[in-house]
Amino acid sequence: MNPPPRQPESRLLDVIGLSSDSFGPLCTKLESGERISLHGPSGSGKSRFLRCLADLEPHSGRILLDGIEQNSLPPTEWRKAVGYLPADNPWWRPKVGDHFAAPPQAPTRLGLAENVMDWPVERLSSGERQRLGLLRLLVNKPRLLLLDEPTANLDPVNTERVEALVLEYCEQQGAGLIWVSHDSAQRKRVGQREVDLAELSHCP
Amino acid sequence: MILLSNWDLAIASLLVILLATLSWHFRLGLTQRILVAAARTAVQLSLIGLVLKTLFAQTHPLWVGLMALFMLAVAAREIGGRQQRRFTGVWNIGLGSLAMFLSSFSVIILVLNVVVRPDPWYSPQYAIPLLGMMLGNTLTGISLSMDRLTQTAWQQRHAIESRLTLGQSWKEAISDVQADAARAGLTPIINAMAVAGLVSLPGMMTGQILAGADPLEAVKYQILIMFMISAGTGLGTFGAVWLGARRLFDERQRLRLDRLTTP
Repeated sequence: MNPPPRQPESRLLDVIGLSSDSFGPLCTKLESGERISLHGPSGSGKSRFLRCLADLEPHSGRILLDGIEQNSLPPTEWRKAVGYLPADNPWWRPKVGDHFAAPPQAPTRLGLAENVMDWPVERLSSGERQRLGLLRLLVNKPRLLLLDEPTANLDPVNTERVEALVLEYCEQQGAGLIWVSHDSAQRKRVGQREVDLAELSHCP
Repeated sequence: MILLSNWDLAIASLLVILLATLSWHFRLGLTQRILVAAARTAVQLSLIGLVLKTLFAQTHPLWVGLMALFMLAVAAREIGGRQQRRFTGVWNIGLGSLAMFLSSFSVIILVLNVVVRPDPWYSPQYAIPLLGMMLGNTLTGISLSMDRLTQTAWQQRHAIESRLTLGQSWKEAISDVQADAARAGLTPIINAMAVAGLVSLPGMMTGQILAGADPLEAVKYQILIMFMISAGTGLGTFGAVWLGARRLFDERQRLRLDRLTTP
């Protein structure tokens, strides 16, 4: 559960010539604490880009986190450091708490019940599942957050709560953020810059 | 023991012909299939009888070994054919046959050398029928468990990947699916042991009794066979489930469902 050792002078994320059978090559950089919001037409490969960053799909090219090559870390350590939240969050055990490596911080901040960890999974609404999926991920204290439309099922109040929590996390931990969103107002709120996936194909 | 003459079998065949006639009368469209299947039974069993008679006459390890390998190959092909989502390439047949070979051959060799102890230990009269019963059951266990493994992994792919993204190892992420697959493979043989003698009289025991053996002796053999089959099926199923699960992930512990064909 320890984060990989950081090399102080290196960048948070370096993506150099990343390609898979359906996209690429792509390049991008992220400094510590930097947040980008990502968009692009559906089917353009946003999710697959995030999946490659999380090392869930075969790909070529180099990905470095804090100066450490993806292949030089065990995949389990890499995936804990690169927190990827897919668009749907499956639950595989009967109880909510069984899916958490450690108790999450203040579920009430996201409008969830105090005792939600004791709930059976069937009791959760899709919006609650989505918020719990984020909390489940943050327990690993990732260096980088890859969020694929994390507020798609949420009402405005809860959307605001999730945005506030993620921004606060990035600020406190110096974590990077790639937030995929179709909502341009949201992209302006959560990202310091907005990036179209197509722009990433301009590799130096 | 009452020996059956060819004339006796001809009378028995009238039963099948009666069935075929009824099928023709009621236009069930089964007449041809009944007759062909009955003919195949007669021809295939007569041939295997001849092969066994020749084999028993020599007791040469080479011929026994060849026969065993032939049986293994047929069983392996059958495992491959029973999968809905197959592993691509040699893995489809390779995984099942490796697990089946390791489990059934090691249990058979143990039983022949330690329990039954014929002289020589590979004498075909014991080795071949034991192996036949072993492979028939191991085959069922392995093919059921591999089918369940690949189907469930496909259905639960999102959950498995979600577990990977949270930092679980491939072993943790697939553990529930593995346990489920192993249960599917072992359930038939456990059920067979539980009802043996109550609901069904096992075929081997019945055959021995018909052939004039003392029922108590036949029962001892049947118990031996059931234990042997359970061990072989169990070990083969565990092996296939483990190898199959391993094959579903690559060296970076990614779930690789592209290593399965679509049904």
